[in-house]
Amino acid sequence: MGDWMTVTDPGLSSESKTISQYTSETKMSPSSLYSQQVLCSSIPLSKNVHSFFSAFCTEDNIEQSISYLDQELTTFGFPSLYEESKGKETKRELNIVAVLNCMNELLVLQRKNLLAQENVETQNLKLGSDMDHLQSCYSKLKEQLETSRREMIGLQERDRQLQCKNRNLHQLLKNEKDEVQKLQNIIASRATQYNHDMKRKEREYNKLKERLHQLVMNKKDKKIAMDILNYVGRADGKRGSWRTGKTEARNEDEMYKILLNDYEYRQKQILMENAELKKVLQQMKKEMISLLSPQKKKPRERVDDSTGTVISDVEEDAGELSRESMWDLSCETVREQLTNSIRKQWRILKSHVEKLDNQVSKVHLEGFNDEDVISRQDHEQETEKLELEIQQCKEMIKTQQQLLQQLATACDDDTTSLLRDCYLLEEKERLKEEWSLFKEQKKNFERERRSFTEAAIRLGLERKAFEEERASWLKQQFLNMTTFDHQNSENVKLFSAFSGSSDWDNLIVHSRQPQKKPHSVSNGSPVCMSKLTKSLPASPSTSDFCQTRSCMSEHSSINVLNITAEEIKPNQVGGECTNQKWSVASRPGSQEGCYSGCSLSYTNSHVEKDDLP
Amino acid sequence: MNFSEVFKLSSLLCKFSPDGKYLASCVQYRLVVRDVNTLQILQLYTCLDQIQHIEWSADSLFILCAMYKRGLVQVWSLEQPEWHCKIDEGSAGLVASCWSPDGRHILNTTEFHLRITVWSLCTKSVSYIKYPKACLQGITFTRDGRYMALAERRDCKDYVSIFVCSDWQLLRHFDTDTQDLTGIEWAPNGCVLAVWDTCLEYKILLYSLDGRLLSTYSAYEWSLGIKSVAWSPSSQFLAVGSYDGKVRILHHVTWKMITEFGHPATINDPKTVVYKEAEKSPQLGLGCLSFPPPRAGAGPLPSSESKYEIASVPVSLQTLKPVTDRANPKIGIGMLAFSPDSYFLATRNDNIPNAVWVWDIQKLRLFAVLEQLSPVRTFQWDPQQPRLAICTGGSRLYLWSPAGCMSVQVPGEGDFAVLSLCWHLSGDSMALLSKDHFCLCFLETEAVVGTACRQLGGHT
Repeated sequence: MGDWMTVTDPGLSSESKTISQYTSETKMSPSSLYSQQVLCSSIPLSKNVHSFFSAFCTEDNIEQSISYLDQELTTFGFPSLYEESKGKETKRELNIVAVLNCMNELLVLQRKNLLAQENVETQNLKLGSDMDHLQSCYSKLKEQLETSRREMIGLQERDRQLQCKNRNLHQLLKNEKDEVQKLQNIIASRATQYNHDMKRKEREYNKLKERLHQLVMNKKDKKIAMDILNYVGRADGKRGSWRTGKTEARNEDEMYKILLNDYEYRQKQILMENAELKKVLQQMKKEMISLLSPQKKKPRERVDDSTGTVISDVEEDAGELSRESMWDLSCETVREQLTNSIRKQWRILKSHVEKLDNQVSKVHLEGFNDEDVISRQDHEQETEKLELEIQQCKEMIKTQQQLLQQLATACDDDTTSLLRDCYLLEEKERLKEEWSLFKEQKKNFERERRSFTEAAIRLGLERKAFEEERASWLKQQFLNMTTFDHQNSENVKLFSAFSGSSDWDNLIVHSRQPQKKPHSVSNGSPVCMSKLTKSLPASPSTSDFCQTRSCMSEHSSINVLNITAEEIKPNQVGGECTNQKWSVASRPGSQEGCYSGCSLSYTNSHVEKDDLP
Repeated sequence: MNFSEVFKLSSLLCKFSPDGKYLASCVQYRLVVRDVNTLQILQLYTCLDQIQHIEWSADSLFILCAMYKRGLVQVWSLEQPEWHCKIDEGSAGLVASCWSPDGRHILNTTEFHLRITVWSLCTKSVSYIKYPKACLQGITFTRDGRYMALAERRDCKDYVSIFVCSDWQLLRHFDTDTQDLTGIEWAPNGCVLAVWDTCLEYKILLYSLDGRLLSTYSAYEWSLGIKSVAWSPSSQFLAVGSYDGKVRILHHVTWKMITEFGHPATINDPKTVVYKEAEKSPQLGLGCLSFPPPRAGAGPLPSSESKYEIASVPVSLQTLKPVTDRANPKIGIGMLAFSPDSYFLATRNDNIPNAVWVWDIQKLRLFAVLEQLSPVRTFQWDPQQPRLAICTGGSRLYLWSPAGCMSVQVPGEGDFAVLSLCWHLSGDSMALLSKDHFCLCFLETEAVVGTACRQLGGHT
């Protein structure tokens, strides 16, 4: 506040100074009589000044006064009241104009001073009130501090009390626990004592009973008798038989017979239950197979997460014929196999359903604009890289701009301003060059990115092909390995061959696609397989099967042709929204629509299948 | 629903014959046998003293009347009214008497459980079984009548003896791992024997017919244990009611607990139907649930009507605060009964005496709760279908079936306080017993109700 005051009114303070100077000077005036008066009435100047001045000059001392005033005024920098002397001796004349001017100036000064004074007074008042306010604030805060301090002390006290209480409660709890323990011990001891007492009492009771028995039973109690008109026949019409060892044995036999019957009955029930459950299981299995087998030719991507599972499908197909006989085998030999295969199938089904769920939710979320071919990981990596690059470029540009600005602001001197122009021009040119370079870089990056995406697409396709190859290979391997059922090993072999051939078809179909991946390994084996199938002496049933299989494989090949687009889809399902942006940009919209349509129809068909009994 | 006229009765002794043709009832020292259909008196026998117990033989040919005070048993033949038989236990006294399943032997337990005397009606032979245990349920016969299991106590140890009923030969004798055996019960298929310990300890043991221990089950320790036990008619389940107010169901294959039915005082499950009996003056009873009121001719209309209201959950039931410092506290599951088709289980928690809980055994959950206005005295399942008859000592009979609930006023002058009831074999009628009267109740609407039950419950 003080600052503000000094800054705003620099003139005012100087004026006040002059006033004080002036008053001090007055002391030195010849009319020092009035100096006291002046001092006394220094603040209420307005009226007294006039009286003072009126008394200042009298008839006698006009000259003196004038000269005094002149002197005073000249010291204050006013022009002299006298005319300029022409000669040294000539008496200087009073210049009226100057006097008037001086007067006027003095009056103006006076008015100014009054104003300033007023201002200062209001300022003072303001400051006083400010001061008061601050003081009250201070006192208030002090009070607050005090109360909070008191509160804190209170809280501390409470805390202490609570802790004390807690300790007490802990103690109590411990005591209670001890008590419980003690009571339990007491209960236990009481129980043992009770039992002991009971035993003692019972012994006594038994003794008494024995005595009573002897007393009552042993002496021939005439009263204990049955008075009956005539004995009646037995309910079964037979006569009572003597008790002999034979009857004993017979009774034993009968008992065991009853027990056996019961167990047999129970076993029968359990068998029935088992059979029913088996039936249900079989049916479920069949349904699962029928549900899963068309799929396995379609979405190859399943191989990604469950390489082993597809194999079980084939195995299931292979085992189909042998199933019936298998049910009748005892549980132990088949159980593990059965549970394993069911577990596998179940896993497939689960993953599939989960996938479907995901798809559905994704479709709902993203609409239908997803059609990237690259696997998600590649996609993400690529985008990450590109984003990083863009970020770097942006940063570079920013720093350049900052430098530019700094340069522009740094040289503001007049001397440098001339030079600056030329520097700026130079700089500008250089920057322009850099700018164009950056642009080019950016363009390059864009191009690179595009190429990357394309590469990634290619990579995805290649990978798919590879995966398929691997799957088929694994399948073969597995089928060759599986000793599914010893008696059906021939069947299994046959089927594995079939499945190999069908897979071969798939591979061929795939090899038609643009990418050139060497199939040398897989190409060799399927041929062998197909040869094998031809060379096998096929029984009528198996040949039938063969036909159906080939049909199926044809089907599957067609499917594969149709599906290539669909196969892409699960990847996009996994893809993130951010990834979608540029994939959309890089691909024409028409394709998108087509693909999404495919994926839609695909999901629909599967949903329908799920609904089937 | 029709009611017969009221007949005299004493000591609540009224029983249908096992073949369902006759009805035996006692009036002081007289035994009256009536035809079930006509209710005409067929025979009238006079005993030597006030009858305390009657029992039909399994073939419905004989009735035994026990006069415990005199230590006497008298047997009457239905075919030969002049035939008589009197068994005197003399100074040994008599506390229990029962038929063997063949209907030709009578087992008398002497005072202090000194021995059991087996009297034959065919021969002069008399057999004695020593050391029978003095317990609640110490004798049990298999349903086919071949075997008898008997709880014994020798040298402060519990034993079970299994006898062949045809010649009273001891088949098996084994000790049981119990502190103080309280009850034994054969499974309906006669192959498993359930043995449970005193209420001080929760322990139930299962023995095979050949004496092998199949399983032991104990739910908890240090607290009052088993209060009631019931086999399901299919022998598949064993329901164990205990003092903690829970019923535990054991399964016959694993003998493990498959579920636990708690009996809380508040019912929150919205699937459970809670029927609340409500009393109403007849003027207001417009849309009452009760059965078509008794015919005008049957008797004067009751002063008030009761009907069932379906209460909306949550329902809190009236509970009794048990006196814990006395013996036999009124807590825990005191009554348990499976329906004849094993689909339902009816229970009563003794500290919620007004309520009957009906559990669905197929779904293993609470099916319905009936809250009566007064404590439930007895309930019994219809032997033919899932239909539960309940009496509360009032003048009403309550019936529950999966289709619904109804309360019926028993007609007659004054109040006919139904203290007990027993179903006829066919499920067409039942005997309602009061302190000194009984009447028969004919459920002629049975067919209608039955079909309704079948449609709704999906059973049978």
